[in-house]
Amino acid sequence: MDTSDKQIEHLAKLSDFSLSEKDSKSLGKDLESIINYISQLDELDTKDVEPTYQVFEMENVWRDDEIIPQEATREELLALSKEQEDNQIKIPKVL
Amino acid sequence: MKIANKTVTATQLVKDALAKAKHFEDYNIFTFLNEEGALKKAAEIDKRIANGEKVGKLAGVPYALKDNFLSKEGNTTASSKILEPFKSPITATAVKKLEDEDAIMIGRTNMDSFAHGSSTENSYFGPTLNSADKARVAGGSSGGSAVAVALDIVEFATGTDTGGSIRQPASFNGIYGLKPTYGTISRYGVIAMASSTDCIGFFTKTPEDMDLLMSITAGQDKNDLTTLPDYYDKSEAKEVKKVGIIKDFDNDAVSPELSHALKIKVEKLKKQGYEIVELSMPSLKYALAVYYIIVPAEIASNLSRYDGIRYGFRSDNITDLESIYTSSRNEGFMDENKRRIMIGNFVLSSGFYDAYYLKAQKARTLIIKEYEEAFKKCDVILTPVSPNQAFKLGEKVNDPVSMYLEDVMSVPINLAGLPGLTIPAGTSEKGLPTGLQLIGPRRSDKTLINFAKELK
Repeated sequence: MDTSDKQIEHLAKLSDFSLSEKDSKSLGKDLESIINYISQLDELDTKDVEPTYQVFEMENVWRDDEIIPQEATREELLALSKEQEDNQIKIPKVL
Repeated sequence: MKIANKTVTATQLVKDALAKAKHFEDYNIFTFLNEEGALKKAAEIDKRIANGEKVGKLAGVPYALKDNFLSKEGNTTASSKILEPFKSPITATAVKKLEDEDAIMIGRTNMDSFAHGSSTENSYFGPTLNSADKARVAGGSSGGSAVAVALDIVEFATGTDTGGSIRQPASFNGIYGLKPTYGTISRYGVIAMASSTDCIGFFTKTPEDMDLLMSITAGQDKNDLTTLPDYYDKSEAKEVKKVGIIKDFDNDAVSPELSHALKIKVEKLKKQGYEIVELSMPSLKYALAVYYIIVPAEIASNLSRYDGIRYGFRSDNITDLESIYTSSRNEGFMDENKRRIMIGNFVLSSGFYDAYYLKAQKARTLIIKEYEEAFKKCDVILTPVSPNQAFKLGEKVNDPVSMYLEDVMSVPINLAGLPGLTIPAGTSEKGLPTGLQLIGPRRSDKTLINFAKELK
């Protein structure tokens, strides 16, 4: 694959990274060699093969629809964020 | 492992473990030492023993916890900057089960950040050094846990194995390391890397200890709906008669030291009366490419939760909402985290999904079928864990593909959900430990552990 600057920029956007120009260059080089490696899969014939998405043998694990008491309290969970106000997580203004 | 007699106290065991941890400080094994908590718990256990009260199966046994297991002692950082401030309000099920048997956690161990790596060099806190040679890597990603056991600081340590992260460092440090059958031990409270392959397991000095830890921690958990119904304690170890070796791994990529270790072990097995079966598994050479498509895809999804808002590190370079995400993630993740997230988003993105992600999931089916065929011909498979012994610090860390190639023999079983157990296989001429892995069908964990006892 050709990892153009534009493609790296696109992947950085999909990944929520603000990369410096230097990081873009060096990550772009790494990604190119990784993609070259994984592209060897082209050789393998997978015609008529069903994909496997998980190796867990069970399906539809049900549980009762009930409220289960949790170990962590609301206060403890809120306290994990950097800034709080009035029992809410504070972030910069959106609009 | 239990304090069977009263000649040693839990307090003494914990003090010894902490003293050793400090003695070996230059190996950079721990991200947190639980001095106060461990001594307090030891005193409680000693009191209960003195009062003649019942204590657990692991009473007073010091252990080390990989830094991606959530517990209330210290910060659970996954050896990353983005989780450096994170103090967990909950305890992982596996940790709770160990603590209920009165094991004592003396410290959290260093790892590749978010378990992305094969050397523990990708840790935000710097690399852990190999127990046999300080110029070499510990292996990874559970490097700190492996070295803590190998240097005899603790009796056992926890690990996670997504593509070899228990088995390879166990091999690099000459100890036992088990990746159980997918779904055996609850992952509730363990930081997710790749959900379709992540497994929890242990490092021990003996297969007997491994058996005890499995018996304590395996089992269904209502908090992890991907746990299998309880099977470990109910299962019988099957008698091993036929041992498979994989012809396709017999190539130039395998170092002379590992080839030699395997050869010696195979000769010994033959003399002991085991039948050796040569297996041809041509799809395995694609397993690494499959792994480095599927796992990054799952990483990209699992690590999207680190947004700088609800918990963990938030950058100071914030101008608007968008920059909370982008700056916090940019500053909080290591390069290898970024590579994997970006590769994941690449293989999942429009225009590439069919060629990479879907193709890899189909190849995964072929790999699973090859193992199914193999286990019609043999009871267990014996292979090296990795192509090389512990390599030098800095040798591979700047070349991601050469680092990935270290995983070529460890990742296939993760894709198939099979159990794998690293067993020590002597020391090479370089003075470095070598290890080999035993692989079995799903739910054959007890057979592997039992066979390891026979091979001691």
